[in-house]
Amino acid sequence: MTSQNPGIRESRLFNRDVIHEIQRAAETGIYDIRGFGAKRQLPHFDDLLFLGASVSRYPLEGYRERCDTNVTLGTVNAEKPIEIDIPITIAGMSFGALSVNAKEALGRGASEVGTTTTTGDGGMTSEERRYSTKLVYQYLPSRYGMNPDDLRKADAIEVVIGQGAKPGGGGMLLGQKITDRVADMRTLPAGIDQRSACRHPDWTGPDDLAIKIIELREVTDWRVPIFVKIGATRTYYDTMLAVKAGADVIILDGMQGGTAATQDVFIEHVGIPTLAAVPQAVDALQEMDMHRKIQLVVSGGIRSGADVAKCLALGADAVSIGTAALIALGCNHPRWQQDYEKLGTSAGFYDDYHEGKDPAGISTQDEDLGSRLDPIAGGRRLANYLRVLTLEAQTLARACGKSHVLNLEPEDMVALTIEAAAMARVPLAGTDWIPGKEKKL
Amino acid sequence: MNTVDLQKQSVRDLNHALHQLPEGNENVGWEILNPGGKHNIACGLDRELNIRVDGHAGYYCAGMNKRADVTVTGNVGVGVAENMMSGSVFVQGNAGQSAGATARGGLLVIDGDAAARCGISMKGVDIVVKGSIGHMGAFMGQAGRMVVCGNAGEALGDSLYEARIYVKGSVASLGADCVKKEMRGQHVQELQELLYANGLNENVSEFTRYGSQRNLYHFQVDNALAY
Ligand SMILES: Cc1cc2nc3c(=O)[nH]c(=O)nc-3n(C[C@H](O)[C@H](O)[C@H](O)COP(=O)(O)O)c2cc1C
Repeated sequence: MTSQNPGIRESRLFNRDVIHEIQRAAETGIYDIRGFGAKRQLPHFDDLLFLGASVSRYPLEGYRERCDTNVTLGTVNAEKPIEIDIPITIAGMSFGALSVNAKEALGRGASEVGTTTTTGDGGMTSEERRYSTKLVYQYLPSRYGMNPDDLRKADAIEVVIGQGAKPGGGGMLLGQKITDRVADMRTLPAGIDQRSACRHPDWTGPDDLAIKIIELREVTDWRVPIFVKIGATRTYYDTMLAVKAGADVIILDGMQGGTAATQDVFIEHVGIPTLAAVPQAVDALQEMDMHRKIQLVVSGGIRSGADVAKCLALGADAVSIGTAALIALGCNHPRWQQDYEKLGTSAGFYDDYHEGKDPAGISTQDEDLGSRLDPIAGGRRLANYLRVLTLEAQTLARACGKSHVLNLEPEDMVALTIEAAAMARVPLAGTDWIPGKEKKL
Repeated sequence: MNTVDLQKQSVRDLNHALHQLPEGNENVGWEILNPGGKHNIACGLDRELNIRVDGHAGYYCAGMNKRADVTVTGNVGVGVAENMMSGSVFVQGNAGQSAGATARGGLLVIDGDAAARCGISMKGVDIVVKGSIGHMGAFMGQAGRMVVCGNAGEALGDSLYEARIYVKGSVASLGADCVKKEMRGQHVQELQELLYANGLNENVSEFTRYGSQRNLYHFQVDNALAY
């Protein structure tokens, strides 16, 4: 809708998004709730580049020389750490937010390439356990569907403290998606707008968390690793405190991280970008001499093998994806364009996950819509996508001469912008300048 | 009768032993001596056991209990019987915060008082407190019943879903969306049953029922101040 009239000028301050939001607020009297992640421009992995090999660095031969991608999660306390074949996991997304078929497809795709999926706010479904060979069970403030039998069936437990999209906020699931099955799993009346708690009901602060983690270990007889998921905010301190409380793995979700339903103001204005958070977490781990002993899994805006490789190079042990996995399943696909238009949106823009009308059958509880997603074909697409991410990350790692993707390091990268250089703590391209780090004379 | 002395054995060994027991040990009692306020005593049980903890327990005593009957003769810390599924937990002393948090079944009885957030996010458990409870009792309570023979602190039943609360004494204040409700026949009956089952000789007519007004069940402009 660009105006053809050069005589009229759009305000940067009151641009059409802003004007539309004011009008919407005035009409409805309630904040905007939506899914997806932050849409604003933020410093991100695009602002970093790899240097590749050179006279002083020796590359590996593509396809012939090995570049391994396996990672072990939870090596410190658990009897059975989790082995993943690729450094990419599927993030926690609830049944309720997602359809049964979507959860099955995620399980199938992840299992095909040897990685984990994660439950979400709403408990574990039998389908999910069946199709995921490695399943992480989320332990959330709401404790919806939480029961010790499922806890004991899990391959790891993830204590959720926060999410990047809404650090400090609880979950939401609007009435349209609370079908009888979802309501029953959550012990709630069907059809209500459900708010999940933002704080755990039986612990506050790091000292309590330490006791809670021991309880989870006791209930599962110390078999499985305990992850702690934090939204990126005061990441340096949060990482330290989570480690001190006994976490085996830290899941760090940057502010770009996706969500199924949150206030727009929360998504866009709380937390710090993934790029800024990773070095803080790595710092904390290194200072405690725990880097590579306690694993760091990072999510929030991972889209490509380049993002994966850059994130690992900053010191993460693996990455996790939510939004990209849904897109691989078929979310926002142009084949549903007509249906998107009926909802007043368009393929590539759809973010109303909370409304439960997803034409692609993913973020819905409607059976007819849900049946549009074939879990076998969806799983296959996800597996393909995960393979591409892995191949891309290996390509970059080989170019930097690394025989394992985890051998990538900050030294392999430079930054395109001053912001990214300061946040990622790598030099601005073509200089040896890292803002904030003064050179020692 | 099995006796375990927690001055000699670790909680981890105790829990592990209780988890490993073969089915069908119903009649064997377990006595746990010198709990010394230790955390996570007897959590994650899934057997029809009879357990007596002789003294004070710390956090999450009998957490996530299934089927076992656990009695603590002293006080308990935070989160006693949290997320209990079935069975019963009796506390002869007082309980710390978040007693019976998120519990989905079974019975929790506290002879003394319970601190803040008793029954927070309760999902089907029955909780009977013979003394008083602190603030935010039954916060976001989803299902189950809570009986308080003493008084309730501030913000009782805040953001309540379908849990039902019966209080005999005073209520300092009600939380958002929690209201006084009429005691109809079914409520009189269920309260009577709960009191009777726990040997409480109370007069049902002295209790008041509290429940959700269900105004916050849908996001609405008119409720903006409560969000
Ligand atoms: C549809 C959807 C549902 C989600 N549900 C949960 C949840 O139940 N629990 C949770 O911790 N995070 C949840 N998240 C966040 C993801 O676990 C993850 O942190 C985020 O999606 C990662 O960022 P990305 O989407 O940019 O990959 C959800 C995300 C989406 C898109």
